Parts: sequence; structure tokens; C-alpha cells
Amino acid sequence: MLGPQRRNLWFWAFVGPFAVGLGLFTYVPLAWSVYLSFFDAHNTVSPSGADFVGLGNYGAMLSDASFLGSLGTFLLFTAFIVPATYVLSLALALMVNRLRFAQAFFRSVFFLPTACSYVVAAVIWKLSIFNGVRFGLANTVLGWFGADQTAWLSTTDPPWYWLVIVTVRLWLQAGFYMILFLAGLQRIPPQLYEAAAVDGARPGWQTFRHLTFPQLRATSVAVVLLLVINAFQAFDEFYNLLSDARGYPPYARPPLVYLYYTALGRDQNLGLGSAGAVILALIIAVATVVQARWFGLGRKEE
Amino acid sequence: MTEINRRRLLAAGGGVALAAGLTTACGSNTGRGGGSSGPEIKQWYHQYGEPGAERAVKRYAAAYRKADVSVQWRPGDYDRQTAAALLTDSGPDVFEVNGPLLEQIQGGQVVDLTDVVEPVKDDFHQAALAPKIWQDKVWGIPQVVDMQLLYYRKSLLREAGVRPPRTLDELVDGAKKLSNKKAKGLFLGNDGGVGVLGGTPLFAAGLSLVDADGKAGFDDPAAARTLTKIRQLYADKSLLLGAPTDWSDPAAFIQGLTAMQWSGLWALPQIKKALGDDFGVLPFPADGSGGKPSVPVGAYGSAVSARSRRKAEAKAFVKWLWVDRTDFQQDFALSYGFHIPARISLAKKAEQLREGPAADAVRLATDHGYAEPLLWTTADRTAYQDALSRIIKDGANPESELRTVVRKVNAELQRVRKK
Repeated sequence: MLGPQRRNLWFWAFVGPFAVGLGLFTYVPLAWSVYLSFFDAHNTVSPSGADFVGLGNYGAMLSDASFLGSLGTFLLFTAFIVPATYVLSLALALMVNRLRFAQAFFRSVFFLPTACSYVVAAVIWKLSIFNGVRFGLANTVLGWFGADQTAWLSTTDPPWYWLVIVTVRLWLQAGFYMILFLAGLQRIPPQLYEAAAVDGARPGWQTFRHLTFPQLRATSVAVVLLLVINAFQAFDEFYNLLSDARGYPPYARPPLVYLYYTALGRDQNLGLGSAGAVILALIIAVATVVQARWFGLGRKEE
Repeated sequence: MTEINRRRLLAAGGGVALAAGLTTACGSNTGRGGGSSGPEIKQWYHQYGEPGAERAVKRYAAAYRKADVSVQWRPGDYDRQTAAALLTDSGPDVFEVNGPLLEQIQGGQVVDLTDVVEPVKDDFHQAALAPKIWQDKVWGIPQVVDMQLLYYRKSLLREAGVRPPRTLDELVDGAKKLSNKKAKGLFLGNDGGVGVLGGTPLFAAGLSLVDADGKAGFDDPAAARTLTKIRQLYADKSLLLGAPTDWSDPAAFIQGLTAMQWSGLWALPQIKKALGDDFGVLPFPADGSGGKPSVPVGAYGSAVSARSRRKAEAKAFVKWLWVDRTDFQQDFALSYGFHIPARISLAKKAEQLREGPAADAVRLATDHGYAEPLLWTTADRTAYQDALSRIIKDGANPESELRTVVRKVNAELQRVRKK
């Protein structure tokens, strides 16, 4: 009789504090945010009944060209970053997996950027590599070939800022997804390759296409899902690359940056910001569920 | 990444207020008046870059005998920190504010300081004081006046045969002539002037952000004409873009990356030290027959939080520091950074402001200074800046862009005036 009870006690002793923390710092603020979204809550987190606006904030957000534009930015960013990271991390994994020597070294080299802060990386990209003057790294290299200096983050035609944003994220996250693919690759039984070779499959592209790639399906689904969610939550590198003390340009402004300025900007429009956050959370949830069902995530392999 | 995002947002919001409370509770601050046993008052400042400024404000606090004033020197995004802290009881009693904003006044977050300022009201730089007045009440005491102006390198202009621009057309032409493979003619910030210029070109065209009737003050063809010329600067490739430091820092100007730079008065000592007499200052040049030179001025103010439990004591302290102790005000304005004292009588007395470009700057601020009106809200600023960005960088049609902004601003003005 005492056994299960004692186990219960230990269970709650360990899980309890975390559950309380989760409730207090995640679910209560979430619920409060939903509550605030129905009020005209400027500069207050405890609006009165007189400030009740019903779905007004939702209507305002959904008819706000800047918010809708930020969703467009997200879609464009996702269209760049998801396939680019997927291909790069898979390619790195395939290369590292084939190494006979120094595999651990190269695995670490590619994984290390993951430990770097997005803020630090963004600042390095902005100030050292892609600054717009003649002594920036990119401009110095291009200068050797006679090219004019380019203002990478300030030019909208062509939109070079995308190159800066995409490369910094690629550098930071490709190593992490490479590790996931490496784990997936190492789970493929070698006998399959031997059998394929016996059946006449040529090593290289043919083996990859008909054997390796299908075997990585579960990993691929998880990677794409994580990449899309992460893209939705893009904030740090955008904010640190493009904002200044006076604000943020209208281009390349993802939803979280826009909501940050709305809710936590000097205006403190917490009602409108909360409505935007709820809309964004719903979009992420729906996109994730649809994607998961589409890929058959969680379904048993046939 | 997910974790970082959540942490950042939490930190920027309620987390900051919580941290502020904890920091205060732990007594990590310094600057307490050693001999005082009066009530404790928490005073916040944003982090100034100038050496000695922090020590100075702690010295002022320690000299106050009627309360125990503890100073917090707050690095980071100060405006957001104070905005979040004012929602809680753990915020400051007295705080430096880039405002206060209309939303903060209407939201009852700051205390009416009219009776404190009234006896010396006329002695304040009026352009700096005006945005702190709402419904005939004063909600913040200007500490120092800062201004933005156009620095130009005399030798570079002379070599290129360009005279210091007196009109916007001359600025556009001059910047083009001064641009070459190694340097550009003009630096208006890495975003091409979108962030820093604000209403300056509109004022230069003889217009305003909000007119006397409380409507958008730039519903006029002159606005589009002037902004087209700013676009011309960008299209001509006369603007320096992507410099390692932005417009507020004179590094690009000093390093010779640009012949002219739009920056602040605070940059003047650094420029003088690097270039000697090889520079001059100008207002943003006038445009069109109805135009006038334009110089934006602004003032950090001292305000009292409405959530303070010691409002009376806090008011007495701000009166002592920012009305009575003129010696401290003079010291704060000129001994560390380089600002114009907010009080006209003090500015007139200041030795450092009597000759050369500094004296020119003071004259420009007096003759052509304008401040963003209190009614110009953050939502207005964002809409206008977004339009400005599209006009300058994308070559969007200024008329249609401005029409949209005028509609938005008029709706916003109607909203805030209803409160």
C-alpha cells in the first residue's frame, strides 16, 4: 500500500515545482493575454469594464496592413529558410557521416554555432561582415573584384537584407539539424545498403534517392516541423539586424517584431498586442496540425 | 531559439518590472544620501554614455537632505523598461523620461507637476517644455535640451566647390558632388534618414506634424515635393548607408566616410577634438518658398510616478533638483555630455556655449527649434516612418503614401482627443 503512495509523493515532489512554474509563468500569462485581447488596454494590464471592446482588437489587427504584411514577411522567410536549412543540414550530415577520420571534430565544428547567441551572431553579421562601408568583410572581398560598396541591410532593391538574415540563421541552426539527420542516418541498418548493392544499386545519388532519403522520412518530418515553428517565432536576428533606437523599417518585419512594438512599444497597447498574439498562436497551431496530419506525424509506419 | 524568444519577451515585459523590484529590494543601487534618515525615494536614469554622469547624479541625490534618494542607472531599452515598470508598484518614484507620452499622461501614470514648474515656467526653453504640457498642466520638467543638426566638413566642401547648403536643393546637389568611390556626401543614418528625420523635412517645407486645429499638418502638396527630394538623395547614391555606427555617433563623419552628417549636439565635442576648426553646423535647409530652416529639439524630462507611495516627497525632490538647484542643472548639462541647459538663464551663462559652432548651434535651436508635439503618438510615428521608408527606398509615390498617413493620423488624433 505504501509503495504506490510513496511513488506518488516523489512524483509530485519532483514534478510539482515545475508544474507550478509552468502554470504560473506560462498558462496564467497566456490566459491573461486572451483576457486582455478583449479590452482597450493601453498602459494597463488590469483594464476596467468600461474598456471592453469585444472582438474589436481582433478586427483591428486583421485589417491592419502592417500586421498582414508581417505575416507575408514570415511566409517569404519560411520559403527561404526551411528548404535552405533542410538541404544544408542534410548535406552536412551526409558528408560528416561518410568521414572515416575526425568525424567527431567536424561534427563539433558544425554544431558549435548552435551554442552562439542569435543576438551576438546578428551583431557580428551587421557590424563586421555585412556593414555597408568599404571595410566590411563582404564589401572588402567584392572590392577586390572592382564592385561598389553595397549597403546590405539598407537596400530594398535588390533586397540584400534577406541574404544577411538567411545566412545568419543558416549558420546558427544548420549544425543542430545536421545532428538530427546524423542520428537518423546512423539508425539506417547497413544491411539495407548491402542488399541494395547486391541488387545493383549504384552508390551515390541512386542509393540516396531510393534508400537513404526514404529511410530519413521520420527525421525529415520532425525537422521540417521544427523549422516552420522556429521561422514563425523569428525575432532575435531580425530585431538586432534591422532595428535602431528610432524603430524598425516596414520591410522584413516578422509578426513577433510587429507585436513586440505594438504591445511593448512605448504605446503599450497591450489589448491590441494580445489580440495579435492570440491570432499568431492560432495560426501556428493550425499550421502545425495541418502539417503533422499531412506528413502523417505520429502514425505508425506501415 | 524558442527559449530565447520567450525569455526576451518576458524580460522586456513584466520580467523587467520584477527584476527592477528585486534589484531595488536587494539594495544593489548606490547613491544614497549618507546623512539622511528620511523616506526612501527611488530615482531612475537611462544610461548616459558620458563618463562621470552617473557619479554626478548620485552626488546630487546624496546632497538632498529631506529624503534618502537611491539612484538606479539603467542600461538597455530604458523607454520600455520604464513603460513596463510603471504598470507595477515596484517601479521608480522619480524617473527620467523621454516624454512623458500622451498615453502615459492620459493613463494616469505620471503626476501633475504644474505647481512645481509654474514659478520658473517662462525660463524654460519653450519648444522643449511645450510637449510636456497637456490640458494646461505640466507633466515633466525638462532636464536638458538636445538638438539635431547638420555637420559639414569645410575642407571637403571647399575642394569639391560646394558651398554649405542653404536650401534642400543645394543639399541634394552638394551631396551628389561630394560622393565618390571612397566616401559619400551625406549620412542621415543607416536607414537613409527614415528614423531620424521624422518631421524635419516637413518643417523645412513650412508644414508641421499636427497643426493648430489638431489635424495632420502635412496634408499639403509641399510635403510630397520635399520628400521626393529626400528620395533623390537616396536614388543619386549620395547617402552613406550601412556604416558601423549610426547617425547619433560622429564616427563616420570623423573617419571621412561622409562629408556631411546629420547628428546631435552631443557629438560636437568629439568632432571638435578630431577635426579642430574644419567643420561647421547648419540647420536642415529650407525647401520651397514657404519653407524655413528646421532644427529638431527634444528634452528628457523628470517625472513622478503616479504609483509612487511617496508622491509628495518625490515632488519636493524634483523641485529641489530641477527647479531650485541650478548649479546641479548646469553641471549635468555641460560637465559630462554636451547639452543645452533647459533653463534659458543657465544656457546664457554657459561659457562653453558662447563661441564657435556651439554658439551657432544654440542660436539655431532658439531660432528654428521645433519639438515633436505631444499629440504625435507612437502609432502616428510608425505609420509616417513606414511611409517615409517606402518613399525613400522603394520610390513609392509620395502623394498616395502621405494620403494614407494623413487618414491614419487624423483618426488617431480624434481617438486621443476623445479621452
